[in-house]
Amino acid sequence: MIGNLPFVVCMILVALGLWTLVVKRNLVKLVIGVGLIESGVNLFLVALGYVQGGIPPIYTYAPADAPMVLPTPQALTLTSIVIGVATTALMLAFAVVIYRHKGTLDARKIRELRG
Amino acid sequence: MSVHAPILVIAIPLLGGFAVPILARIHRTVRDLWVVLIACVVAAGVGYVAAQVFSQGIWVYVLGAKTPQETRVSAGFPIRIMLTVDAMSAFMGLIAGILALAAFPFAVRFIPEEEGKTLALALGLLLLAGIAGMAYTGDLFNFFVFLEVTSIAACGLIGFRTWTSRAPEAAFKTMLLYSVSGLLFLLGIAFLYGEYGALNLAYISAQLRGSMVDRIALALFLSGLLMKVAAAPVHFWAPDAYGEAPAAKTLLLVVNTQVSLYGLWRILFTLYGGKLDAGVGWLVISMGLLTMAVAALMAIGQTDLGRLVAYGAVSQIGYMLLGVGVGLVSLTSRADYGLVAMKGGIFHMLNDALTVGLLFLCVGAVEWVKGTRDLRELGGLGHQLPAVALCFLLASLALAGIPPLNGFASKIMIYEGSFRLSPILTALAVLASILLLAVFARAFQGVFLGPRTEITGRIHWVFLFSMGVLAVGIMVLGLVPGFFVEQVVAPAAEALWRGRALYLAAILGG
Amino acid sequence: MTVVVRTIARVLLPLSLVFGGYVVMHGHLTPGGGFQGGAVAASGLAMVVVAFGADRLAKKKGLLSVLESLGGVAFAALGFLGLGLTFFANVLAKTGGLFGNPVPYGPNPGDLNTAGTLPLMNWAVGFKVLAGLGAVVLLFALFGGEHDR
Repeated sequence: MIGNLPFVVCMILVALGLWTLVVKRNLVKLVIGVGLIESGVNLFLVALGYVQGGIPPIYTYAPADAPMVLPTPQALTLTSIVIGVATTALMLAFAVVIYRHKGTLDARKIRELRG
Repeated sequence: MSVHAPILVIAIPLLGGFAVPILARIHRTVRDLWVVLIACVVAAGVGYVAAQVFSQGIWVYVLGAKTPQETRVSAGFPIRIMLTVDAMSAFMGLIAGILALAAFPFAVRFIPEEEGKTLALALGLLLLAGIAGMAYTGDLFNFFVFLEVTSIAACGLIGFRTWTSRAPEAAFKTMLLYSVSGLLFLLGIAFLYGEYGALNLAYISAQLRGSMVDRIALALFLSGLLMKVAAAPVHFWAPDAYGEAPAAKTLLLVVNTQVSLYGLWRILFTLYGGKLDAGVGWLVISMGLLTMAVAALMAIGQTDLGRLVAYGAVSQIGYMLLGVGVGLVSLTSRADYGLVAMKGGIFHMLNDALTVGLLFLCVGAVEWVKGTRDLRELGGLGHQLPAVALCFLLASLALAGIPPLNGFASKIMIYEGSFRLSPILTALAVLASILLLAVFARAFQGVFLGPRTEITGRIHWVFLFSMGVLAVGIMVLGLVPGFFVEQVVAPAAEALWRGRALYLAAILGG
Repeated sequence: MTVVVRTIARVLLPLSLVFGGYVVMHGHLTPGGGFQGGAVAASGLAMVVVAFGADRLAKKKGLLSVLESLGGVAFAALGFLGLGLTFFANVLAKTGGLFGNPVPYGPNPGDLNTAGTLPLMNWAVGFKVLAGLGAVVLLFALFGGEHDR
């Protein structure tokens, strides 16, 4: 049961992120919501690759036959983090531009594009 | 070099996109010529790949190996990243190539220098690289990476006109949707990786058991990709995005939507194959009907020409979902009408790219000469722009499915197939088409007919060239659809319908 | 910012750049690599932006843009280098030349001169990330200032 704890935490993070996206109206908080989902997914990937008693996949003094944690999910997580940085920066940049035009970050007040 | 064609189609626009800011410092003309050259090379590349794939079967390309065919390294387990190009991927690549050929020359003339032309051209090439990557990759995680490349490049294009107040809003909305859809997709990949320990699409597909985990992953894939293709309940980003991006680049956004649709087909047919419930097919059909109905109804009240055309584009996604959904429902029974509907749905992807692309180019030309897209201020442009008016009329009729244009050729196949499943589906689809015809007839009348008005710009011949490429495509596909359906569309539909075993065998052997 | 912050930034900037360079350089031997090293180095840039104000660095935007493009072009070009075999094929590994030593087997302190094109790709990505993140931080800091368009 205790082994499943990381997965439970991941799902809680994803659920919190989705809840943030649905409930919150501040653009920066929406970006934070996306960040929460992303953290949940990344944590999920890393947790998947964990091997009980494993050593790091890159370790120069590793004993020859020790079990390693899976390197692939770590590579995936890293890629996903890099992509996350780019999307977050882009969204925040748009939020900044929107604030400059409208003087507010409230999603209800900035809407021009309807219907 | 020709053995490397699939990867070159992805790598050349990537390299080209990174090089654009450097070339812009040397000379602007060098940059413009470079961008057009890259687009031509990509179009030639996808054409070559398609010709090879249609004549010789699935083309596997292994990255970083000693030879491009070295699929297995140890113990029958594919570990390297592979490109797997079957007929459907090649078909998708062709669509991207044709639209790139029309979009980039247009963009080079259309986007003003002071409005960040260098950035827009660079992002356009990156978007093209991402689209080609999504179409050709045979690896789930790689697909996700290219999905995000297209998301970021597309949102950069939507929002780069930061001095208007609407573009950043559209871009923020779209980026939010795109990132959530990408993350849902990644979560689905994580579930499958946890279960099978692999990322290769063919390998997972061969191992797939249809367990609870697989179903959760399918739900995540479906929700992620349906968001990205602008299916009905989450379609609201698409009109904003299509409307606010510069017209020349909207073509690439349309292809971006379609390649996500291609990803959906790939997941449903090749990855899950025969292990799907019929309920998934009905879900896709109902999403399709909802999309076409909602979009056609929303198009009625639009006062912005760009948004009106955008709703037309969204409604066409519904027809593709309907056609392929019918195929999905009848996948287990292998009924003939399912294959007919699927051919129609897949043919419609090409037709939609051509017609919607041409409509957006017309919108761009109208905006170029009048400086506005507001239907209340436009009128009488048919006197000064007869060629643009003709193109707009042609594309609207094709979009509404009027014979003898290409939209009719594909829609009739969708109607035939869906009629055998349930006549109600066909009736709804025809109704939506009639509604679209009315909307576009009104738009044509409002923009191009009526008394002559003043115009401020002149149409450049490059605009007419780009429109001509698409208009000729529309007419040729409408007049002789049989040849293309036999040679190009049928293999693509068969690749999804029956080709799963071949796809797996190409990677895993025998 | 006060003279304390500025002095510390002056001391820490070379340190963070060198540490970032180290992380990039050792990317193929220890945890790290292009993105991580580039991010570490970019944190140094962020510190400079905070300490000295973004306006003094506003002119460097063009330089960062060129550096970022060069990183991207270099990365793609290294992929093209493998075209004799396949795209991204590691043609430099085990050839004895640049980064061409074979990887020693078993526990070892690590040989920097291994892994072929990978360290070069790490450098390309490192420069791209340094320039990209630096530009992002700079642009956010410029918001509302006199160089804000």
